[in-house]
Amino acid sequence: MIRFIVRRLLQLIPTLFGLSILLFIWLRRLPGGPETAILGERGTPELRAQIRANLGLDEPLLVQYGRFMQRMLKLDLGTSISTKREVTTEFLERFPGTVELTITAMIIAIGVGIPLGYLAARRRGSFLDSASVGGSLIGICVPVFFLAYVLKAVFSEELHMFPSSGRQDPTLGATRITNFFVLDGLMTREWDAALDALWHLVLPGIALASIPLAIIVRITRASVLEVLSEDYVRTAQSKGLSERTVRGRHILRNAMLPIVTVIGLLTGGLLSGAVLTETVFAFSGIGAFLYEAIANRDYPVLMGFIMIIAVFYVLVNLLVDVSYSLIDPRVRVR
Amino acid sequence: MPLLDVKDLSVTFARRGQRTVRAVDGVSFSVEAGQVVGLVGESGCGKSVTSLALMGLLPKKRGVTIGGSAMFADDTDLLKTDERSMRDIRGRDIAMIFQDPLSSLNPVVPIGVQVTEVLSRHRGMQGEAARKEATDLLDKVGIPDPARRLKEYPHQLSGGMRQRALIAMAVACKPRLLIADEPTTALDVTIQAQILELLRGLVRESGTALVMITHDLGVVAGMCDTVNVLYAGRVVESARRKPLFAEPRHPYTHGLLGSVPRLDSARGERLHAIRGSVRDVLPWPDGCAFAPRCDRRVDACVGEPPALVESIHRHAYRCVNPEPVTAEVSS
Repeated sequence: MIRFIVRRLLQLIPTLFGLSILLFIWLRRLPGGPETAILGERGTPELRAQIRANLGLDEPLLVQYGRFMQRMLKLDLGTSISTKREVTTEFLERFPGTVELTITAMIIAIGVGIPLGYLAARRRGSFLDSASVGGSLIGICVPVFFLAYVLKAVFSEELHMFPSSGRQDPTLGATRITNFFVLDGLMTREWDAALDALWHLVLPGIALASIPLAIIVRITRASVLEVLSEDYVRTAQSKGLSERTVRGRHILRNAMLPIVTVIGLLTGGLLSGAVLTETVFAFSGIGAFLYEAIANRDYPVLMGFIMIIAVFYVLVNLLVDVSYSLIDPRVRVR
Repeated sequence: MPLLDVKDLSVTFARRGQRTVRAVDGVSFSVEAGQVVGLVGESGCGKSVTSLALMGLLPKKRGVTIGGSAMFADDTDLLKTDERSMRDIRGRDIAMIFQDPLSSLNPVVPIGVQVTEVLSRHRGMQGEAARKEATDLLDKVGIPDPARRLKEYPHQLSGGMRQRALIAMAVACKPRLLIADEPTTALDVTIQAQILELLRGLVRESGTALVMITHDLGVVAGMCDTVNVLYAGRVVESARRKPLFAEPRHPYTHGLLGSVPRLDSARGERLHAIRGSVRDVLPWPDGCAFAPRCDRRVDACVGEPPALVESIHRHAYRCVNPEPVTAEVSS
């Protein structure tokens, strides 16, 4: 197992190397450049050339890439062109928000999706089944930003149940340690700050959970239906086991494999930021920042952020593979 | 009084847009304590549905109707007992052994847990005590190195080993009745013999009654005290083992026995086969379901279903034109 994990982590190196080359070429191929974003339409060719020279963009691609790699090896991601701050700093400030939002959304999606999918499968053809299948179809179809606006209008602007924007009430003056606001609140025992941060997560969390929830309901339902027709479920029932044991040990445990895979992919996807949800709720995560970075052709930010996100994506999938072998002994990791 | 008395059991499956299927149609048989009773027939004759109905394991949904009665231990009608009470009976009083040991074992749960879960459910055994009992059980069914096997998963065991493990789970609570649904079909011939020997030994030793569901007449000949031959959801002949093999009266039983290859048959002699198949006649018309395939068919076969005729020694058959009794045996 350990060997498997180490080998997968080592595989990260060539993956990241390949990704960096592709990204580098792809980003430089985008029409326009940072100088256009900075100068807009008014820039003279001389001015543009000067800015490009200042940023080192006039040198051959290979030289630029070499310089990037050199910094990369020292774990230095450079400075943002538009904010003039370290890319690492920008990332550490924003990524915790995205992680908190992702975790919230996945807790909602898993917590509701698996029980609902299970019940739908057990009561196949019932009203609950049709409702959850139909509902999940709607969940997939409704655009996230639309759902986000509706949630905000109803639960925050009309009913005043939840805050409408931000990650925390700034007037609380909460102490920052990790930039995970909920965690910070717990660590400093500022309970009101933790609760307030949690409260801010509810609506964007629900909005972001809608699609993962729908997918998890469907995959759970299909997977449980398949397991239900297996002989070993009948064996378990023939032993007179309680409904709980049959459900947990014999049905769900076997149904988990495809569900875990999907959960891994969805989590990885959410970690790369949710531009629309973050925008609607003025939630400071990496999504909106990345979007701006693309508009501004902020090469260092794009390179740095995407590389780090890739690392997390690989880590999440590694976690999935490890949990595979914990669930199913037939999946041997070597 | 018999341990299990099944009377007029019928199971029908109705599906919208399709004709209702009578999978089991008025099956009656009884099992005395400690007896081995065979339910014999080819695929699709209702053997497995009968056993699932007795265990209360048929899907409980619209379209599935179960009729008749199945009195267990004089006081419980298995067909009318609610799910909660059935859960207490299953595994403790009546246990079942299934056909395919690989698919019947949970692939992601260690063998040990699958054995101990019955012990903790019905005998309240936990932890070390349950583990010790499970080790003894595996040892009893002939699994070598049982302590190690407890930690292993089904895919790490051989086919025969898996069936032994399933048997260990079934006999864990010393049930009064064991239902074995084709327990040897998925196994190699040499393993088959070992498993049958094991079952025979367990039954003899503990006094457990056994309902042996099989299509294999060899199994019947080696194990059963009485035999019920099923055809298309009905018992067409029932008798003690010896008279059944010696003088089968129903043409179907006769045909089944005739289709068994024999070592003493002449070289080049063709194996006798019953023409057609059960599926050709489902859902069967009124009258004898075997009539379309029968060599002894007469006009009376079509119309009314033949009544059960009982001859000497509780030998009963449903046939209006039975095979003649050979002089040699009847004398």
